[in-house]
Amino acid sequence: MTQLVSQIEFKNFNFYYGKFHALKNINLSLARRHVTAFIGPSGCGKSTLLRTINRMYDLYPEQRAEGELLLEGDNILKADIDLSSLRSKVGMVFQKPTPFPMSIYDNIAFGVNLHESLSKAEMDERVEWALRKAALWDEVKDKLHKSGMSLSGGQQQRLCIARGVAVKPEVLLLDEPTSALDPISTMRIEELIDELKQEFTIVIVTHNMQQAARISDFTAYMYLGELIEFGDTDKIFVKPQRKETEDYITGRFG
Amino acid sequence: MNLLSRRKLINKIALSLSLGAMVFGLFWLAWILFTVLKLGIGGLSPDLFVKMTPPPGTADGGLANAIAGSAMMVGLGTLIGSPVGVLVGVYLAEYGLKTPLGRVTRYVNDLLLSAPSIVIGLFVYAVVVAHTGQFSGWSGVLALALIVVPVVVRTTENMLMLVPNSLREAAFALGAPKRVVIMSIAMRAAKSGVATGILLAIARIAGETAPLLFTALSNQFWSTNLNQPLANLPVTIFRFAMSPFAEWQQLAWAGVLLITLGVLTLNIVARVFLRQDKQH
Repeated sequence: MTQLVSQIEFKNFNFYYGKFHALKNINLSLARRHVTAFIGPSGCGKSTLLRTINRMYDLYPEQRAEGELLLEGDNILKADIDLSSLRSKVGMVFQKPTPFPMSIYDNIAFGVNLHESLSKAEMDERVEWALRKAALWDEVKDKLHKSGMSLSGGQQQRLCIARGVAVKPEVLLLDEPTSALDPISTMRIEELIDELKQEFTIVIVTHNMQQAARISDFTAYMYLGELIEFGDTDKIFVKPQRKETEDYITGRFG
Repeated sequence: MNLLSRRKLINKIALSLSLGAMVFGLFWLAWILFTVLKLGIGGLSPDLFVKMTPPPGTADGGLANAIAGSAMMVGLGTLIGSPVGVLVGVYLAEYGLKTPLGRVTRYVNDLLLSAPSIVIGLFVYAVVVAHTGQFSGWSGVLALALIVVPVVVRTTENMLMLVPNSLREAAFALGAPKRVVIMSIAMRAAKSGVATGILLAIARIAGETAPLLFTALSNQFWSTNLNQPLANLPVTIFRFAMSPFAEWQQLAWAGVLLITLGVLTLNIVARVFLRQDKQH
């Protein structure tokens, strides 16, 4: 493994839903071009933590964050940050596939057009590149102008990954990306994540502990809004330091 | 009686009741359609579309001026009312969901939606016709537009609310600004529903009589001047059906058949729209 560079850093980070204190004093550093998994029981705050990295919570006025969240050294919690350019650097894939009601080609071009103006030929090239990255090209190359909603669930999710990748972000956030998919589709996405980490920093929330063990380099275990333990996935799953972590991953609770 | 046979009995009773309700409803509907067809079909002829409404006791006449007047007023009413309705619907679903202004707007819109159309007609009479001292096509257009607005507001809002929020979040996550999310994603996903709402609004105003009675009134002659009283199907039907002249009564039934067929077509087109949407 090459030496680790920190890409995302939470410092004394707190998060509130109205008065509810959802994330408590998180300090965490995520390594560039590695896969970090957030695990923990439902409601522990792992998705909340993920959704702060692209400031998704800005859509909801009652939600707010305090502390520092650094993306390559810049505090992205600052009020004057350009959200559009932040989100071009931090892509996101959701639990349920969310193809837009337009063609496969336009699904990919939509995000790219927001940030760059490419010629037709450049766009064709970009769409192909993104679909290849998401291991979807061979399946859709003859029907790029069909609706994205005509694809199967697993294909739709890879389309969403391609859409995120097409913008050329640095970070990809995956919020339980396989929980609505069958085992074969899940396997393909997991293989894909392994490929994508060559170029992108990946943060994944998963309910599936085997999945976290299979695909992540680092694992953060969260419980009731606190970061209980963080470290190499191998260590967390083989020899956790904290009793709570062990109870959770051995299935005694959660 | 054991549990299973009791459940089967209850099931049979409930099923018979709902079937009975369906038959009751369909019976009247079929009767209405049958009567309209039987009495109206005799009046259907090319003359209907090219000749003007005749003076009483004359055999030779049609509904050309009424058809043209209705088409103009319904068309313009839709053209004016729909954009307003769509914009308000977008505001309610995308901006004013939980705001006080949104709640007030939604409440007022519901009131407007359930207001009897004669109230709208009287309102336009009081604020336009009484002041200008003139029944006119434009005041008819205004009354019809006022009926279109709440229908379109309601369907646009409902259709946008059906668009899953995850779709909007996915667009925001790519860095799209709110207007792009609304225009390119939410409206796009809801577009056939919104179009259906507009078609249903057209169907609604196509047969409205009361608002036109107080505004456009009627006109026995060919006219496209919207500053003057304008002939239209519903008021013509109203006048002719009430008259003692057989020729007029025949024309009234033909007019009723025309409106019925028009509304039926619009409803079928609306259904086809919605079905296409589901196939995406």
